[in-house]
Amino acid sequence: MKAVYTRPKSLKPVPNHYCPGCGHSIIHRLICELVDEMGIRGKIICIPPAGCAVLAYNYFDFDVCESAHGRGCAIATGFKRAQPDKIVFTYQGDGDMAAIGTAETLHAANRGEKITSIFVNNAVYGMTGGQMAPTTMIGQKTSTSPYGRRTDVEGYPLKITELIAMLPGAAYVARTSLATPAKIRDAKKAIRKAFEVQMAGLGYSLVEILSPCPTNWKVSPRDSYVYLEEKMEKEYPIGVMKDNTATKDTETSCFRKPS
Amino acid sequence: MDKKVLMKGTDALGEAAIRAGCKCYFGYPITPQNEVPEYMSRRMEEVGGVFLQGESEIASINMVLGAAASGVRAMTSSSSPGISLKQEGLSFLAALELPAVIVNINRGGPGLGNIAPSQGDYYQATRGGGHGDYRMPVYAPASVQELYDITMRAFDVADLYRTPVMILGDGMMGQIMEPIYVRERPDVEIPPKDYILDGAEGRPSRIVKSLILDPSEMEEHNWKLKRKYDLMAHDLPQWEEFMTDDAKLTIIAYGTAARIAKGAVKRARSDGLKVGLLRPITLWPFPDEAIRSVAKKTKLFLVFEMSTGQMVDDVRLAVEGKVPCEFYGRPGGVVPIPQEIARIIERYWLQKEL
Repeated sequence: MKAVYTRPKSLKPVPNHYCPGCGHSIIHRLICELVDEMGIRGKIICIPPAGCAVLAYNYFDFDVCESAHGRGCAIATGFKRAQPDKIVFTYQGDGDMAAIGTAETLHAANRGEKITSIFVNNAVYGMTGGQMAPTTMIGQKTSTSPYGRRTDVEGYPLKITELIAMLPGAAYVARTSLATPAKIRDAKKAIRKAFEVQMAGLGYSLVEILSPCPTNWKVSPRDSYVYLEEKMEKEYPIGVMKDNTATKDTETSCFRKPS
Repeated sequence: MDKKVLMKGTDALGEAAIRAGCKCYFGYPITPQNEVPEYMSRRMEEVGGVFLQGESEIASINMVLGAAASGVRAMTSSSSPGISLKQEGLSFLAALELPAVIVNINRGGPGLGNIAPSQGDYYQATRGGGHGDYRMPVYAPASVQELYDITMRAFDVADLYRTPVMILGDGMMGQIMEPIYVRERPDVEIPPKDYILDGAEGRPSRIVKSLILDPSEMEEHNWKLKRKYDLMAHDLPQWEEFMTDDAKLTIIAYGTAARIAKGAVKRARSDGLKVGLLRPITLWPFPDEAIRSVAKKTKLFLVFEMSTGQMVDDVRLAVEGKVPCEFYGRPGGVVPIPQEIARIIERYWLQKEL
């Protein structure tokens, strides 16, 4: 009998610690499928964040170097500069990427570092218990914005992906979502493209993935996916923002351009 | 064949690093150490290494971490306020047991302070500086030749013990020019780097991590590190003794302060006073045994630092109250001349009726 759906070899056969409904396990699987399909297990290095996904090394069966909170892109820079033949990617949350690590992220992108960032945006600090993140939605209640995020007090959701898309060093920038199976497939395509861009030496590549955090959003897993599609995708339009490759996904794929 | 050339401290540091096989330099501008990244930006291009100016000291130390995890020799340099920013990275390097060389060209502080030579960072350097239960070898050179030799040694120590190593100098050490032998890398056997990440091709995947959530496992990691630090404390202490054999008063000073003290000792000797100098070269591990050994023959220790008194604590711990231990300091970037120290020596000589 032909197996049509199996566990990727690069994904360790262990139960994961993520909450029911969490997007990390989906994204981990997408990455591991790609590592297998692209045959890059022997070349790929992951720099996970501080946050829920710090434990990614429990699941990824390839080389992983932990980072201090927000420093992923700096560590990836040092690694890649020392070993240009490796494929180096950071896996970062919103606080890691767009608050404490903003400088490291923007400058790595601006230098055109040949690294990839997988940026998981769930609009809260997950591991620490659901505090307000730079990407928290206007009006969204969190444990440190109990009255809802107010723009005159806490400012606006930070769209770091749009900021990075403006930088000449960034060669591929896309925002995707886990809201539906079709969008999950798009997310995988985007990650593949991002790795290919790195392997071709074109520059920095970034895939933002809108992902649910039902535990800290305090909704059911099912409702979190509805919120993701109906609310978060309004604030954070999905699509390819930049593609410096010959076959531009902005024109050819199922992605629509961000409005 | 070794040849003698006139070299500035910062250039000697950079050249020694390159000849020690340093593949990557990451740093951020801050006075008084800018000549190091400037030198490295020129030379790394010539030797096919990596020079990259980071967007901050924090980024630079983490670039060093990434390069070290990939298996190459890497370094960064900075000055006091910048070293404060690097402390997070130092703690991580120690926890991950990754080798790296960090240079602190100590300037006047606290705060922004000034850019004059100072020794105010002794505590920060020798007490770890970052968070958590760790130690880090710290070398304090006192001449350009020694700066050169120690830089080479620092890379070996980093690899031998899988640890960050700090070289603690100051603007004086960086700026002076002296004739030195530009020696080739000594033949030191480095254990195979079986911990590095080079892609899990044909082998199980590897993890470089410091997150250990289980307290008993974390405790075991702490004890493992402690055993390594004990080994370093046994193997690494280095010091210089100058006219200590018959000295009734022994000055203890390191780095630039030791150079000044040496001049003062020579002056005092020419006046017939039996004075000597003990100069710690490693500040951690501290040369306790050497100090205890001198304590058996000297009557008074005088610790001289370009600070309000930090190393003096370590000296007093080593001496264990067996010999009186006085202190003289000039903080804030003031660099006294040997005559000033000679006067202090003379004062104690008379006061204590040596």
